Amino acid sequence: MKKRIHFSFARLWAIVLKEFIQMRRDRLTFGMIIGIPVAQLMLFGYAINGDPKHLPTAVLLADNSQQGRSLLSALKNSDYFNFVREVHSEAEAEATLARGEVQFVVTIPENFSRNLLRGEKPTLLIEADATDPSATGNAIASLRILLGSALQQDLKGPLAFLAGSDGPINLRVHARYNPEGISQYNIVPGLMGVVLTMTMVMITGLAITRERERGTMENLLSMPTRPLEVLLGKIIPYIFVGYIQVGLILTAARFLFHVPMAGSIPLLLLASSVFIAANLAMGITFSTLAKNQLQAMQMTFFFFLPSLLLSGFMFPFRGMPEWAQVIGELLPLTHFLRIVRGILLKGNGIEEVVLQLWQIMLFALVVLTIGVKRYRKTLD
Amino acid sequence: MTDNVVIDVHGMTKRFGDQTAVNGIDLQVRQGEVYGFLGPNGSGKTTFIRMLCGLLAADAGEGTCLGFDVIKESEYIKRQVGYMTQRFSFYEDMSIAENLDFVARMYDVQNRREAVLESIERLGLAGRQKQLAGELSGGWKQRLALAACLIHKPRLLLLDEPTAGVDPKARRDFWEQIHKLAAQGLTFLITTHYMDEAERCDRLAYLSYGNLLTSGTAAEVIAGAQLTTWSVGGPELQEVARQLRGKPGVGQAVAFGTKLHVSGSDAHGLEQAIAPFRTEPYVWQQISPGLEDVFIHLMGSSKDNFSI
Repeated sequence: MKKRIHFSFARLWAIVLKEFIQMRRDRLTFGMIIGIPVAQLMLFGYAINGDPKHLPTAVLLADNSQQGRSLLSALKNSDYFNFVREVHSEAEAEATLARGEVQFVVTIPENFSRNLLRGEKPTLLIEADATDPSATGNAIASLRILLGSALQQDLKGPLAFLAGSDGPINLRVHARYNPEGISQYNIVPGLMGVVLTMTMVMITGLAITRERERGTMENLLSMPTRPLEVLLGKIIPYIFVGYIQVGLILTAARFLFHVPMAGSIPLLLLASSVFIAANLAMGITFSTLAKNQLQAMQMTFFFFLPSLLLSGFMFPFRGMPEWAQVIGELLPLTHFLRIVRGILLKGNGIEEVVLQLWQIMLFALVVLTIGVKRYRKTLD
Repeated sequence: MTDNVVIDVHGMTKRFGDQTAVNGIDLQVRQGEVYGFLGPNGSGKTTFIRMLCGLLAADAGEGTCLGFDVIKESEYIKRQVGYMTQRFSFYEDMSIAENLDFVARMYDVQNRREAVLESIERLGLAGRQKQLAGELSGGWKQRLALAACLIHKPRLLLLDEPTAGVDPKARRDFWEQIHKLAAQGLTFLITTHYMDEAERCDRLAYLSYGNLLTSGTAAEVIAGAQLTTWSVGGPELQEVARQLRGKPGVGQAVAFGTKLHVSGSDAHGLEQAIAPFRTEPYVWQQISPGLEDVFIHLMGSSKDNFSI
């Protein structure tokens, strides 16, 4: 009878040691082991605020009165509203909201104070950018209670009758762009950016490393070619792939989720090409940095995760702490989400789009420059 | 005189970390020559070729390749060189025709379609052009690689072990092709491990551990080694070899087919050493050493500076 091979702790230990050694050598995996939990902890533990506060708010003050100011200071004291600018016309209010500079516009109408004192229940108008319903929900909910108590101070003595049972003023909230607060309207267009980020970066991320692993790189390098030729040559085909995805998602958005399409679709397609190119450039640059296909995949993941979490796709951008917003501003997805949601839901035109688009272009340019510099023309 | 020198380089050196892969090699190759590059694995043949065509940056050295500065003008050199890598490096997920077309485009070949068709015809790949490169056998892959290297009508071909893993018939066809092309004025630098191939080269160089040990025609290389070789036939030759090795005068005792070749640099010493073994039934005969005897001798006498 053959002697059975028994389980050996010595062998087990040998393998464990080997794995540790390899893990230590493979810095990228090690980085992920450390980096991902840290990033998640920071984000979910501190960063993500499901109840975003200090939302930037503009004021249209058509009646400068004691009562109006009381209302505004009450809003401010609630922590939900942070007055960042004063607008002077309905059109200006509209524009700031469309550009996404503010989340709310509060309008104190003409003769507010007079009508209030006459007991005519003037209307306080609050317009909210409700593209992402979760960003505005709590702030709006707090309004009613807030306003009631704000005017208590002013309406004392002979005016006390005004603070009657159904309140001294009418509150009108316009949830703009997504009045029903349907979260799909926010998520489905956003998904377009997320899908493109994931796939585009990954596809090109493998491009150069695959050549190197299959040995075809040696051949390619022996041919008279410039780095930019190789890099762009690997980017361009996938722009078409990207458009297929854009087409799919837009079709689904229109016919499955009935997402409103307020703006120009050609403009969106144009902006998409820049975004697709930016992601492809990122991928190709990863490809020049990575030693093999696995590393390229890991880098893709490294890029995808913050894009997913910090771009405003998963959580309201304004609900994140400042440092996270700073990182978010660097990512192309953040700007693309503003473009897609802006065009589809707000009906934004070229002016608002350009404000975001140049930042994506800058990102693409910087990343591609790194890629070209890092691309090795020799096998050294 | 320099008109017909295709490769003229001096002191080519390449270091990887603290190891010197190629150590100050000088090489001159004339136009229309088939130049053989020999030496054991890791001797620096591939590294040297890669430096010639700009795939590796040389740490030291100077000279010209096809009239261009070998250090600074590799972009120009690349256009006129065909480089066949040791490992098949075309796209296995592309067909023969697609690969050739890609290469032709990369080199900006005039009348591309015709050039592709012509090279398919010439190499006898007609009828298989739609086949994926990855599905080809070793011999066919090698033909494809050669066709691809030739498509832009290079003046110099650098072939790195082109016949490794190829059957004898295909090898012979391959060498016929090479001599035909050389007759048309094409220059070849070919690395190989096969002695029969080495003998078909106009001139040879032997590398070991990054050093060029000898160069010249096969006859020159053999004469330069100043080796005396005896051939012995008989029973239990392994035992004879074991006893001979290490004896003063005996450089090497190597089996060649059914014979044993005993060689040494000192003819007199060698004769003394083998004297006790010249008994019945052994048949001793002094022969002129062959290339293989010389190369084994060179390999044995060069210092091992790689401690792997």
